[in-house]
Amino acid sequence: MSIKGKAYIGGIYEHPSRKIDNKSIAELHTECAKGALDDAGLTFKDVDAYFCSGDVPGLGALSMPDYMGLTVKRQDSTNTGGSSYLFHVGHAAEAIAAGKCKVVLITCAGFGRRGTAVRERGGPDAPFEYPYGPVTVNLYAMAARRHMHEYGTTSEQLAWVKVSASHHAQHNPHAFLKKVVTVEDVLNSPMIADPLHRMDCCVVTDSGGAVLVVAPEIARQLKTPRVKLIGQGESSKGQMGGHVDLTYTGAVRSGPVAFAEAGVTPADIKYASIYDSFTITVVETIEDLGFCKKGEGGKFVSDGNLISGVGKLPFNTDGGGMCNNHPVNRGGITKIIEAVRQLRGEAHPKVQVKNCDIALAHGTGGSLGTRHSSATMIMERE
Amino acid sequence: MATAYQDRKIPVAPLNAGDAPFFEGAAAGKLMVKYCNDCKQYHHYPRPMCPFCYSTHTEWRQARGTGVVYSFSISRATGPIPYAIAYVTLDEGPTIMTNIVETDLDTIQCGQKVTVVFKPTEDPKLAVPMFKPA
Repeated sequence: MSIKGKAYIGGIYEHPSRKIDNKSIAELHTECAKGALDDAGLTFKDVDAYFCSGDVPGLGALSMPDYMGLTVKRQDSTNTGGSSYLFHVGHAAEAIAAGKCKVVLITCAGFGRRGTAVRERGGPDAPFEYPYGPVTVNLYAMAARRHMHEYGTTSEQLAWVKVSASHHAQHNPHAFLKKVVTVEDVLNSPMIADPLHRMDCCVVTDSGGAVLVVAPEIARQLKTPRVKLIGQGESSKGQMGGHVDLTYTGAVRSGPVAFAEAGVTPADIKYASIYDSFTITVVETIEDLGFCKKGEGGKFVSDGNLISGVGKLPFNTDGGGMCNNHPVNRGGITKIIEAVRQLRGEAHPKVQVKNCDIALAHGTGGSLGTRHSSATMIMERE
Repeated sequence: MATAYQDRKIPVAPLNAGDAPFFEGAAAGKLMVKYCNDCKQYHHYPRPMCPFCYSTHTEWRQARGTGVVYSFSISRATGPIPYAIAYVTLDEGPTIMTNIVETDLDTIQCGQKVTVVFKPTEDPKLAVPMFKPA
């Protein structure tokens, strides 16, 4: 069974705030849900399935449906960190294709700036890592260092990821950082964990978003332009028993599955949302998805090649996690949302990709250095 | 530029059953790694079941304590003092997370040969292996 054409993205919403006081996490999830339902022209009564990740309050996928007064037939609380929501879309499409439900609500929301972001519970590997001071940024930094060692990737090349995102963010009134920056700005920003500077890191925000995945018969009744899911793949990658390789990601497996299901190739992709927790995340992912040869990602992202209207692969036209939003340290939902905006022709006119008929969104959750989960989804404008 | 190495307090996470030989071994000056008697490969982090061939005929063995730096990063803004987190590939095969110590942190390089040293933790019975230039 394939999910190709079996489900549509019927509604999207990105919360406009980036710093939020005096709201509960449940309230913020609900505001995001309401936003996506309004976008689609649906109501809470129409929702028959609810999917969420670890950023929800309470117990998995149980507490929020109760809070929002939903009656659901399908629940999923897959938690793969920031990539969770791209997993959810695939699982939602499978459930819809199997006739289990018709309107799947996915929410992500929380307060990254309060430092209350969800942390993974100690895994079986935790005792063998914790003494050495692993934190998110130095784990990604080790991936960057090894990529530089093996392929000659430079800090200047990594900086282009941030520079490109900032060119897009200047047009997004909600972006956390709206200022256009240069390669020199990135290199002159404080070193956090060599070789990653502050500007190699994504923003930390209070915010959220929601996505509705709906059955074809529902999509046909909605007021929104139809965006069809045509392929999705997922995979995780860890330390492989000690055969650590930090130069590639789970996208080497999630990408080919999604492309094969969609029946398209990287050359067909007009716009890509690429998870950008750190600049290195984008470089490795672009290689692993086949947009360029392995090891040539640094060269590929340079000189504006990711800037809409300038380069070959317009990416993260909302400003991405680098500049716009990384709600509750989980960027996946915004990756889906901006790809849908592009397919609908609803991106900012300054960054809207012409004739954007096929778009890709990719999520990377966890850490490139220890364990992470990759999900790739491909959508088509109908 | 030079970034002098400084000792830091080493925390330990709650150990799971079966984890202790790594830390107690370190306290006795031994680098202990899990070995599979069926597929003859070492693995890390340690499990009762070999992640390569799924055999449960695994045992702790003392490693030579030498290897090369696979990758590293100097954390400059994530704690009170700079420290070098690293992955070191042991001569026995596995690449393990560790710290590089007792050297100018700015001189560390991928591919550099290193040798094990043992550092005390907050728990007086447990130590951890770290590495310094060979």
